[in-house]
Formats: sequence, structure tokens, C-alpha cells
Amino acid sequence: MTNVLALWQKEMRTYFTSPIAYAVIVVFLLLSGYFFYGILASFVEFAMRAAFQAQYYRMSMPTLNVNELAIRPLFQNLSVIFIFLLPMITMRLFAEEKRSGTIELLYTSPITRTQIILGKYLAALALFTVMILLTMIHQAFFFIYGNPELGPVLTAYLGVFLLGASFLSLGLLISTLTENQIIAAVVGFGLFLLLWALGWLAHSAGPGLREVLSYLSIFEHFDDFAKGVIDTRDVIYYLSFTFFGLYLTYRSLESARWR
Amino acid sequence: MIEVRDLTKDYGPTRAIEEVTFRVDQGEILGLLGPNAAGKTTTMRILTCYLPSTSGTATVAGYDVFEDALEVRKRIGYLPENPPLYDDMSTFQYLDFVSKIKGIDTQDRSRRIYEVMERCYLKEVEDTLIGKLSKGYRQRVGLAQALVHDPEVIILDEPTMGLDPKQIIQVRELIKDLGGRHTVILSSHILPEVSQTCQRVVIINRGRVVAEDTPENLTGQLKGAERLFLKVAGPAGEVAQKIEELPGVTAVTLTASSADREHDFHVESQLKRDVRRELADVIVTSGWGLLEMRPVGMSLEEVFLHLTTEEEVSRS
Repeated sequence: MTNVLALWQKEMRTYFTSPIAYAVIVVFLLLSGYFFYGILASFVEFAMRAAFQAQYYRMSMPTLNVNELAIRPLFQNLSVIFIFLLPMITMRLFAEEKRSGTIELLYTSPITRTQIILGKYLAALALFTVMILLTMIHQAFFFIYGNPELGPVLTAYLGVFLLGASFLSLGLLISTLTENQIIAAVVGFGLFLLLWALGWLAHSAGPGLREVLSYLSIFEHFDDFAKGVIDTRDVIYYLSFTFFGLYLTYRSLESARWR
Repeated sequence: MIEVRDLTKDYGPTRAIEEVTFRVDQGEILGLLGPNAAGKTTTMRILTCYLPSTSGTATVAGYDVFEDALEVRKRIGYLPENPPLYDDMSTFQYLDFVSKIKGIDTQDRSRRIYEVMERCYLKEVEDTLIGKLSKGYRQRVGLAQALVHDPEVIILDEPTMGLDPKQIIQVRELIKDLGGRHTVILSSHILPEVSQTCQRVVIINRGRVVAEDTPENLTGQLKGAERLFLKVAGPAGEVAQKIEELPGVTAVTLTASSADREHDFHVESQLKRDVRRELADVIVTSGWGLLEMRPVGMSLEEVFLHLTTEEEVSRS
């Protein structure tokens, strides 16, 4: 446990003493802020038009669902931003240790590979958590100026967290395969995008394949959370994705020893 | 303390080391000597559990490096060829991190760190970022990292590389100090270093152990009668021919000639064979003048070259 903590602290220090964490957080907040503004603006416009129409036809004002019309699309946009940003968090975790030779220190110290992986993974997860916590500012606006339901917002956060946890485990795996951070980032970005695009393919695929593809697509599972539904199938999907990613990371480190 | 038996390591089709066998006793300082790419680093990496061997066994303090890797790693300090440093940490932060993953108790940690910083002359760079340190400092931070947890066994891969002469002397003194309390293996391709710091030397060439002895004995093996300096007054060609015909003589080289028919020769003979009497006989009975004859000791450097080149010849 102390070993995991020592590695976690070391990684967090690297994130925050180098510009990495700041760059990723700033870009993330810029993008998510932009999407928040865009979605809010179009929601306001939509509400105005609805109010105008209601007045025109002398009908009562329809209740507009903030959760459905603004919060859910916002979370969907957030998850797309992660495709671009999460590889930046994981790319250096192992690649840099391999390039600089410090991996030799870790491997010859009395710590296990599992502890190394956990320390690094939890550091990436912590930075990611900071990122998503910062988006609560946007949610605050919804709650101050409207009356959305709290439940779907919380489940959406859970979904975002699980989605990010899966991405990070895959990113960590990719980082063990190369000494070059750029390659780790590009491959991570490509794979994340592919996992996203599987969902599109599912819509046009035949009946048998459609089920498989949409089950594999990482975002299909996210949609339920955004709607406010916690489906155990989705939770299991993300958790097994994460464990599988971490397990493959372990195997990858083990096999590198033999090469 | 360390027992290495028939260690072999293949990297794909290339064999890095082959049946390397040696042992190191408690408190001893052993030098691994060999040219670049001889297999020193590979041997050390296997001993530190960084790499698994293809075949053969190695034990450190009674623990197998493969079966009980964690126990072995608790007992070793290792300085790789390139010191494994994090450039974004200060010297203190780095040693603090290392002492945590080496399992030093919280209450002992800062005491050990200050001790080791003093020992490696790092006090003045305690709060400097490692990325800003010079090569000499970096090497010493690397050394401090290997010593901070007071391990039983210390393995140093080219510990004085990149240091200036004064620092080299300091580090050598430090390594000599380690002997007795710690078991030390250090590798080098610089011979004086090994002969000055080590009690025993293992010479590796092309992945094989070609010699193992104390520095004195290694030099002594080829010393004395086995290599002679000769000054003879007589016809150069004839003298050389006569000497070469003697049993036991392996090589005769003419090193210098002066105008008055005085010639200098180096005569090499088989190991442990004294040919001085026969040599004197031949020269005197042939009617030449034996002006000078003395044994020439070989420096460790020559022993090294001798052993490693001979190995190459016998292989080809």
C-alpha cells in the first residue's frame, strides 16, 4: 500500500510540476465551457420559441425538461472531448520511464508490477476526477437558474467516471508498448475514436452484428447513464473493460521482461 | 553471498552471455571486467532481477533471483549504466521517493537520506532539480539511490563513468569503504579502476568468463619468466630464429636495433615455463653477446588484452 501511494504521489507531482496537468485541464475547461455555452444558448432559444408559441396559440407553457434537452447532450459532448484529452494523461506513464531508463529502478526495487500499475493508474484517475469535478460549475448554473432532476445528473457523472476509467486503462496499456510518448498518444487517440465509431457502424449493421457492435461500443453504454438509468449491464461492461485493460497492462509488462 | 552458475542469456538469436559462473563472498568487492558489449550489463541485470536468464541459476543471499525476486530486490542496491533519475524532482525528493519504494521505515527515512547525501557529497544540491545537475552529480545521485536503503549487496554498472578525476578518486574511496560491510560487484572497462578497488576480478569477453583471480595474481600469471626483455649483440635474424626454435617459446619480437648490432627482443613463453636458462645457453654457445635479460611484468591492461584476444583467436 505504501508503495502504491509512493508511486501515486510521484505521478501526481509530475503531472502538476510539469505543464501537463495544467494544459490538459485548461483545454478541457475551454472546450467543455464552449459546449456548455452552445447547448445553453440553443436551449434558451428553444424555450423562448416555445413560450412565444404557447402565448400565440393561447396554450399553457409546456414544461421543458432541462435534463433531457441540455444536461444529457452536454454529457455526451464531454465524453467526446475525453477521446482527445485522455491519451495526453496516460501517454507518458510507462513510455517515459522506459525512455529515460527509470523503469530499471522500479523493476529492481522491492515493489511488484501490480503496485506500479495501480500507483500510476490511480494517479491518472485522480487527475481525471479533478477534471470532471470542475465541470460541476456548469451543473451549478442549471440548478441555480432551473430545476433539473438531481438523479440523472449524478448517474451521468457516474457514467462519465466509468467511461474515463475504461479509457485510462486502455491508455495505460498502450503506454507500456512504446518508448515514444507521441506514438502512445496517437495510438490511444485512434483506438478511443474507433471504440466511439463502433456505435455508428452498429446502426447500419445487420441484426446479429448490430447487437455485438453496439455492446462493444463504449458510448452506447454511456447513454443509459446520461438518461438517468443505472443498468448493471453497463456497469459490468465498464468495470470489465477497466480490469481487462489493467490485466493486459500487467501481461504486457511481464512479457517485455522476456523479450 | 552471490552465487552465479552457468548463466546463459539469449536475446532472440544472439547469445549475450554463455555459462557465466562465479561467486562473491560476503564483504568482498568483485570487479567485472570486459570490453563493451561483453555481457557485463546483462549479467548484472539478471542478478538484479531486471531480466530473467535463459538458463542457469543465480542466488543472492541465498534467494534465487527468479523464484524469490522480491526478497532479492530487498537486499540489493543497483546503479545501472545510465542512472535512473527523474529530472523533475529535486535530489531530496528523488531520494525520498526511492527510500519509500525501497521500503525504509518512515521514522528512519530522513536520517538515511541525509546520511547518504553526505556520503555521496550531495549536500549542496539537496534542493536542486536533478534535470539541472551536471553529469558528475547525476552519477552520484544515482549512487546515493543504490545505497540509501543500506543493502547487503551493491551492484554498480560503470560507477565512475562521466566523473572528473577528483570525483573518480572520491567514488573509489567510497566503494572501498563499502567493502567489508557490503558485498559489492562493480563493472568497468577501465582496468586501473578494477585493480585499485576490487579484491577479485572476473574478466568477461564475448559473454564468457575468460579469467577469474585477484588483480595481483592475474598480473602475476603472466609475469616473470613468461615474458622477457632481451638485449643481444649479434645478427638479428639469426638470433630471433634460434630463440624461436627453443621449446616453450611462443613468440619473439624485435623491438629495437642499434647501429652496433645490439638488438632488443621481447620473448614470450608458455605460461609457467621458465626459459631463461635455455635462452642464455643458446646465446652464449652461439658466440653472441648476452647484454641484458630481465622478466617483464604485464600490466592488468595487457593481461586483459592478452586474455580477450586469445579467446577471439581460438574461436575463429
